[in-house]
Amino acid sequence: MNLLLALPILIPLATAAAALVAYRSRAAQRGLALAGAASHFGTALVLFARVSAGGIEAVQVGGWPAPFGITLVADLLAAILLLVASGMGLAVAVYSLFTIDRERESFGYHPLYHVLLMGISGAFLTGDLFNLYVWFEVMLMASFVLMALGGERAQIEGAIKYVTLNLLSSALFLAGVGLLYGLAGTLNLADLARKLPQAAEPGLLTALATLFLVAFGIKAAVFPLFFWLPASYHTPPTAVSAIFAGLLTKVGVYALIRVFTLLFAHDPGYTHEIILAVAGLTMVTGVLGAAAQGELRRILAFHIVSQIGYMILGLGLFTKAALAGAVFYIVHHIVVKTNLFLVSGVIHRLLGSFELKDLGGLYRARPLVAALFLIPALSLAGLPPLSGFFAKLALVRAGIEGERWAIVAIALGVSLLTLFSMTKIWAEAFLKPLADPIAGSLAANGGGVPAGPRSRAGAGPLLVPVAALAAVTVAVGVAAGPLYALATRTAEQLLDPSAYVRAVLGEPTGGPP
Amino acid sequence: MAVVLAVVVGVVYAAGLYLMMRRGVVKLIVGLSLLGHAANVLIFTAAGVARARPPIVAGGEGTLAAGAADPLPQAPILTAIVIGFGVQAFALVLILRGYRTTGTDNLDHLRTTDAP
Repeated sequence: MNLLLALPILIPLATAAAALVAYRSRAAQRGLALAGAASHFGTALVLFARVSAGGIEAVQVGGWPAPFGITLVADLLAAILLLVASGMGLAVAVYSLFTIDRERESFGYHPLYHVLLMGISGAFLTGDLFNLYVWFEVMLMASFVLMALGGERAQIEGAIKYVTLNLLSSALFLAGVGLLYGLAGTLNLADLARKLPQAAEPGLLTALATLFLVAFGIKAAVFPLFFWLPASYHTPPTAVSAIFAGLLTKVGVYALIRVFTLLFAHDPGYTHEIILAVAGLTMVTGVLGAAAQGELRRILAFHIVSQIGYMILGLGLFTKAALAGAVFYIVHHIVVKTNLFLVSGVIHRLLGSFELKDLGGLYRARPLVAALFLIPALSLAGLPPLSGFFAKLALVRAGIEGERWAIVAIALGVSLLTLFSMTKIWAEAFLKPLADPIAGSLAANGGGVPAGPRSRAGAGPLLVPVAALAAVTVAVGVAAGPLYALATRTAEQLLDPSAYVRAVLGEPTGGPP
Repeated sequence: MAVVLAVVVGVVYAAGLYLMMRRGVVKLIVGLSLLGHAANVLIFTAAGVARARPPIVAGGEGTLAAGAADPLPQAPILTAIVIGFGVQAFALVLILRGYRTTGTDNLDHLRTTDAP
């Protein structure tokens, strides 16, 4: 059995278990959390190198042959996303060490964090639809507790909305899984990919596709299903917000891309047109929502929604270039969005507030923080030569090639509004002189924001993961050519599932089973 | 039988969604758990309800004889029940904590984190 594929799941599990056992020792928990996240990243790196060089890897868990047992598969899409996700996992784990308070740590922050990483890794790697449901639940359960851990009023309120809508989505997903089993008699993704084209009732399949679109659409926070996200993402500690913002909705996008390339590609004229329309509306509502906000993390949360639109746009266009653009965009977005949330935490550490009206003067006081904000912010808006420019370029070019002028116009317009939003943050938090000196502002806001025990420690160590992610953003921009070639290879794999099916089932495709 | 179960699934879904749209936070949780139950019965129904022999491979044979029931749907249903149980337990603790923190069980009063 190929253990490498199971390791990204086993390492976080072992870390979480060990950290639970060591719950009495804060130092041991922190050490374990860091070691676990680092080795997770290392494993993902090895797995990516292997998949990139040698093609799709699959393993049958427990030695049960393919359509009966649970399959773990790593194709390029899964390997790339796993690599980026584990990188974020490491960065945020480092960031957590300096920001999460003692109380949250003693109530199991680190084990929960690693269970979350396990759920995300499992969702990327599984080759079975029901198993995907289980990984979603593992991920959600950990995220529920992380969201509510600490028990502040805003957190509880946010968590109730977050939990409700995500459970609704899970119930719909489960119903879809059940109906699909009734239709095809299997839940193995590769087996489904082989059997669904011969399904007797394509109309029923389209209805099911819509059900999956709604279920994953809630998780990915697309229009009009995104309301849980801006109502909850700004409530937990910044480290938790950052890992949620970077990864959770992207698992939903991954699931959408997976099922709408592998399973429901029978009628793109219907399903993918819906996705395209949803993409346009998601981009516009997200960015307009952000423009109306005056709180740092709420602005960023609305921008997640807007950015999800771009990824879905690539799926909706459903060409090789568009899917490549979507993959590139996801990678760029995960890094940039996680980083922006981490920067918002640094700003909060320095000035004690997330409200733009209370911020100011950071450009003069902390030029390094200003520079580290500008890199991801300008990348998010899509300015060259940063990663966001190439991601948007790829998508827009795919749109022009497909002669979908309306969606291209929306994508460009939303990009401009994103720049407006980032400029607003820049002007308010960095350029504008601070109303009071920093100390006065801290005192003024001391009532609303509990100053942590480390609040006097400065932002020094927090800047390490921020700077690392900013460097990645620049590197993605510099190495855009080779990365785009990699994304194109990923898109080719997605559009031609025969290699995926062969890797899992180990037999020539086609022909009735 | 399948028709009866289909009607049951529909009614349970409707009841769950109705409860979720009420204001009470307890009704919300009950509604959510009803949705989970409806999905479980749906899996059971969609997989085919039929009178069949137990799915036991006879001694000396390699495969199931014809006319045996499909043993697979029960496995996902069982898993989903266990997951649903855990999630509902968490949700109950959450609303209890929410009630103690916010002093209300009316969802309309939990709007301070919404986007203005």
